[in-house]
Amino acid sequence: MGGYQSVRKVLKEMTPAEVQTLVKDSKLRGRGGAGFSAGLKWSFVPIGPDAATPKYLVANADEMEPGTFKDRVLLEGNPHQLIEGMIVAAYAIQASISYVFLRWAYKLAAQEITKAIHEAYEAGYLGENILGSGFNLEMHLHTGVGRYMCGEETALLNALEGKRANPRAKPPFPQVSGLFGKPTIVNNVETLCNLPHIVNNGLEWYWGLSKSADTGTKLYGVSGRVKTPGCWELPMGVTIRELLEEYAGGMQNGYLFKGLLPGGASTDFLVEEHLDVPMDYGSIQAAGSRLGTGTMIILDDQTCPVGFVHNLQHFFAQESCGFCTPCREGLPWVEKILLALDKGEGKPEHLLTLDFHTKYLGPGNTFCALAPGAMEPLQSALKYFREDFERHIHEHHCPWSKSKAWQPSI
Amino acid sequence: MLTAEEKHQIDHEIGLVPSPKNACIEALKIVQQSYGWVSDESLKDVAEYVGMSTAELDSVATFYNLIFRRPVGRHVILLCDSISCYVMGYEGIRDHLYNSLNIKYGQTTEDGRFTLLPNCCLGTCDCAPALMIDNDLYRNLTVEQLDEILNKYT
Repeated sequence: MGGYQSVRKVLKEMTPAEVQTLVKDSKLRGRGGAGFSAGLKWSFVPIGPDAATPKYLVANADEMEPGTFKDRVLLEGNPHQLIEGMIVAAYAIQASISYVFLRWAYKLAAQEITKAIHEAYEAGYLGENILGSGFNLEMHLHTGVGRYMCGEETALLNALEGKRANPRAKPPFPQVSGLFGKPTIVNNVETLCNLPHIVNNGLEWYWGLSKSADTGTKLYGVSGRVKTPGCWELPMGVTIRELLEEYAGGMQNGYLFKGLLPGGASTDFLVEEHLDVPMDYGSIQAAGSRLGTGTMIILDDQTCPVGFVHNLQHFFAQESCGFCTPCREGLPWVEKILLALDKGEGKPEHLLTLDFHTKYLGPGNTFCALAPGAMEPLQSALKYFREDFERHIHEHHCPWSKSKAWQPSI
Repeated sequence: MLTAEEKHQIDHEIGLVPSPKNACIEALKIVQQSYGWVSDESLKDVAEYVGMSTAELDSVATFYNLIFRRPVGRHVILLCDSISCYVMGYEGIRDHLYNSLNIKYGQTTEDGRFTLLPNCCLGTCDCAPALMIDNDLYRNLTVEQLDEILNKYT
C-alpha cells in the first residue's frame, strides 16, 4: 500500500517551504466546509528560529454537521492515512505537537485511531527524530463531550484548553496565536487525508483527478429517501444528478424529489433546476448555495418543508453557544415561529419576521458563522417553498399532516 | 472525595497540558466514568483538584451535552433527532421508546435502567434512523427491532 511513503519523501527530500508550496499549488481547498486554500492557510504560520514554540497541528474530526458522515468513513476505514497526512502537515508548519479532536459518538474511530497512533509510534513515524530527520512530532487523541460549536476552529481550541467552546475573536488568527496561545493549524480530516497522495503523485496527477476548476477528489454523501444512500469518493465536480441517480440509485419508490441541501444543514436549498450543477465549490456557489461538506440531504415530496426547516432550526437554536445576542435570541425565535406554522397557528406576519431574521442573523451581524449558516436553508426555503409556508397559514394546519401526523416538539 | 485511581488518571491528563485547569474536561469525564454523572460533590472535588472555582467549572460542565449534571440510568439512550433521521422517521422510534419505557426525553425509567436523551446528528445519515445505547450504535432502525435491542441491556 506504500504506507507513510509521503512522510519519508517530505522528511528526506523536501523543505517545509517546499511542502507548503506544493500544497498551495495543488489548489487543495479545506474540506471541512469553508473551502479555504489549505496551503494559504498554512502560510500564515510563523516559521524560523524566532517563531514561538511549540506549534500545534489539530485534525478537526468533530464532524457534527447534520447530514454529514464523510469523515467517519476515513476515520474508521484507514486512520493511518490521516496520521500520515498529519505528519506531512505538521512538518510543513514545523509543529511538534498534534491532536486528533474526535467527536464523542465515533467510538469505533476512537479505537482505530488509538491503535494506529500506537502503531505509528512503534514504527518510528511519530515521536522524536522521525526517520533520523531531526523532526519530532507527538500525537494525542482528544475525544469531545458533544457540542456542534466544537467544529468551529477557534471554539475547538477553547474546548481543547478545557473551556466552554465559545468562538474567539479574530485577529489574532490561530496560525499566530492558537492553542495555548501558540501558532496552530486546524485542518479537517478529509483535507489532511489528501496530503499523502499529493506528495506521492504530484500536481499534474492531483489536478487531473478533478472534473472542475476545484482540484482533487471529494467524498460525497447522499441521505434521505433515496434507494441506496451512501458515501463515495469521486472526482471533484460530478453533478448533483449523477450523485442522486447513479450513486444513490434515485428516489425510493413512491417518493419524488423536491429539493436538497448540497453540503449539510447549513447550506442553501437547491431544487430541480440545479440537478445538472457540478458539485464543486465554485459551481454550487454560483447556483446560490455552498458545497459545504459535500454530503447532500434530500427533501422529498412527502416530507413537509416547514417541518424539515423547523428540525434544522431546532438544532441550530440548541447548539448556539449563547455567546452573542443575535444568535442566542434570534434562533429560538425562528424555531418558535416555525413550530407555530407547523401546528397551523401561523400568521401572515410570521413570514416577514422570518425574512428579517435571515438578514439580521446573516453574515456580519454575529460573532461566528453558526447563525449565518442556520439562515441559509431558511432563506432558500422561503424562496423556493414559500407557497408551502403560506399554505400552512391559510389552511390552518400542516398540509402534510395527513401523511405524517404532527408530533409535539419536546 | 476523588479516589486514588481517579487522581492518578487526572494527574496523567494534567501532565499533558500547560495548566491543571486545562485538564478540567478530562477530569469531569474521568469522574463521570466512575459514577455515570457528575454530582455537586464531584464537581467541587474536581474544581479544587484543578484549581478552579466550582462556578467556573460548572459553566464548563453544563456547556457540553454529554457531561451529565443529573443522575442517569444504568444505560443512556441517545436518539438522533437531526435532519436525515427526521426525514427517515425517527419520530416513530421516539414515540415507541416513550411508550415502551414510559418516559420522555430527559427522564429515567423507574427501575433506573434507561435514560432517554435526544442527540445531535450521529454521523451515520446513510443508515438513518439511528441511536446509541452506551457505546453501541444501532442503525437502519425500525420500530419492530427496538424491543429486542432494549432487552440486551439489564
